[in-house]
Amino acid sequence: MSGIPYTSSRQRLINISCFIIWIIYAFVQTVLLWWFEVDFNLALNDSLVSATATSLCCYIIANALNHYLPRRKGYFYIVVWGLALAAISVSLDRWILQYVIYDKNYLNHIDLSLPLRFFINTLLIAWIAMINILWNIQQEHKENEQRKADAERLAREAELYNLRQQLQPHFLFNSLNSIIALIGRKPEEARNMTFQLSDFLRGTLRKDDQQLIALKDELEHLQLYLSIEKVRFGHRLETRVTYDEECLMKTLPAMIMQPLVENAIKYGLYDTTEKVTIGVACSCHNHMLQIQIENPYDSQSNKPRRGTGFGLRGVQRRLYLLFGRTDLLETQATTHIFTSIIKIPQL
Amino acid sequence: MIKAVLIDDEPLARSMVAEYLESYPQITVVAECNDGFEGVKAIMQHQPDLIFLDIQMPKINGFEMLEIIDKQPAVIFTTAFDDQAIRAFEQHAVDYLLKPISKARFDQAVAKFLDTRQLTTDRENTRKLIDDISHTPGQLERIVVKTGTKIKIIPTASIIYLEADDDYVKIHTDEGTFLKNRTMTSFEEQLDSGQFIRVHRSFIVKIDHIVRLEPHEKDSHIAVLSNGKKVNVSKNGYTRLKQLLGM
Repeated sequence: MSGIPYTSSRQRLINISCFIIWIIYAFVQTVLLWWFEVDFNLALNDSLVSATATSLCCYIIANALNHYLPRRKGYFYIVVWGLALAAISVSLDRWILQYVIYDKNYLNHIDLSLPLRFFINTLLIAWIAMINILWNIQQEHKENEQRKADAERLAREAELYNLRQQLQPHFLFNSLNSIIALIGRKPEEARNMTFQLSDFLRGTLRKDDQQLIALKDELEHLQLYLSIEKVRFGHRLETRVTYDEECLMKTLPAMIMQPLVENAIKYGLYDTTEKVTIGVACSCHNHMLQIQIENPYDSQSNKPRRGTGFGLRGVQRRLYLLFGRTDLLETQATTHIFTSIIKIPQL
Repeated sequence: MIKAVLIDDEPLARSMVAEYLESYPQITVVAECNDGFEGVKAIMQHQPDLIFLDIQMPKINGFEMLEIIDKQPAVIFTTAFDDQAIRAFEQHAVDYLLKPISKARFDQAVAKFLDTRQLTTDRENTRKLIDDISHTPGQLERIVVKTGTKIKIIPTASIIYLEADDDYVKIHTDEGTFLKNRTMTSFEEQLDSGQFIRVHRSFIVKIDHIVRLEPHEKDSHIAVLSNGKKVNVSKNGYTRLKQLLGM
């Protein structure tokens, strides 16, 4: 979100620290060589070239890490890169120096000190790399926190929205109307439906949207909803819920499939006057729980799919905020079947 | 005998209205319908005096159903929740029942019907009501028409142009021409103004279908459409068209 200003301030930090390395390196080396009674001019030239080569390599590794954050196994490559860059900086140093310094004796001296220079450069580059990695980790941590906070807020909004817009008006009033219709002639069924309705409402209210719950519980909750809808549309609505046994203990965010099933019923029933079968299929592989929701629809009647708005977008957004991925919700429409698929990574 | 038809996609909701009607021996339920299509058929067949009509139904909603029946009976709307519709009902003093429906409220509505035998929902009123409800400008996405005994749902995307024809509007589409009892102005308001433009008192054209413009008499032009039809463009229409196309 604030990626661009951050990157540029980070870039400035890299530039400044490389410049500081250059100054300190050149200064310290000059003073040291001078102290060892090397001619001041030679010492200064040598130091300037070495400092430039070294800070250039520091600059390269800092920038590389700015754009690429290594995973745990990737740290090995960082070490290799650090050593390679140290070798490069020393070679570059030596190569340039032969054009700057003509004193053969002194060049021999430098050759003797090459291992020491390599060692110092390695330390410097490693130090820069480490600081950058720490920076990255801290930044990622900050982003995670931010995402979590966003997820909590959105989940709360979704819950409120659910209660206010989707449950209360149509579902609730229509269900109450059905109960009242049943009371006279089929009091037993009316009683049953009242229990189902209150269980469903309780489940909706109790659930903390942030929390991951077992598929088993979510399916039970869904079953309540479906049985109420079946009383309302009895003659037309059929449901087919299938799942693999081993998936039952997998977890998913509470109420994540509710909006999708509601959509499926709404569009399934309003697009056709015939019997409608809503399919919910749960499977799991590769540490993913996959839920596929199908409803028949008629692409011919061209009924605009209004109101998918919050349903699909809300689910998509919640999945992003919870898992940081945008590829977890898919929808497909053939001429007669509309399918939405959600994938839940199992952490 | 008073004939009544119940139209609602929930069987329990219908059965409750039927139950309430049992205390009115003079009213007979002649048909129960699951959706608007069945509703149109039953109304044509039975010519009822009164219908109980749900709004949210499969395929076509209650308002769209009313639009296409010729001789309209008295209507009592039943709905669970629809803010916009309720506001419109109140404005036009049309009777409606909110679900869950209480017997007392139901009796009140029926008593009003029995008193006047003519609810305020006459044709003109219904038209106003429907115009009012679907009065979200630029939001019209489909038009329901009746051709003979068949009901046709026309997605606005398939319209080429509209032509005024007395009290009716001729809708020219890829699949042929249909008649609709509505005003040009209501179409002008409700069709997406980014896609449709009123080029003349008698013509609304889908912009994509304009192939070219030819000068006609002084001050007026002719638009040639993708299907070869030529349509008059008035001076005002030409100005509007130029504006829209950024000419």
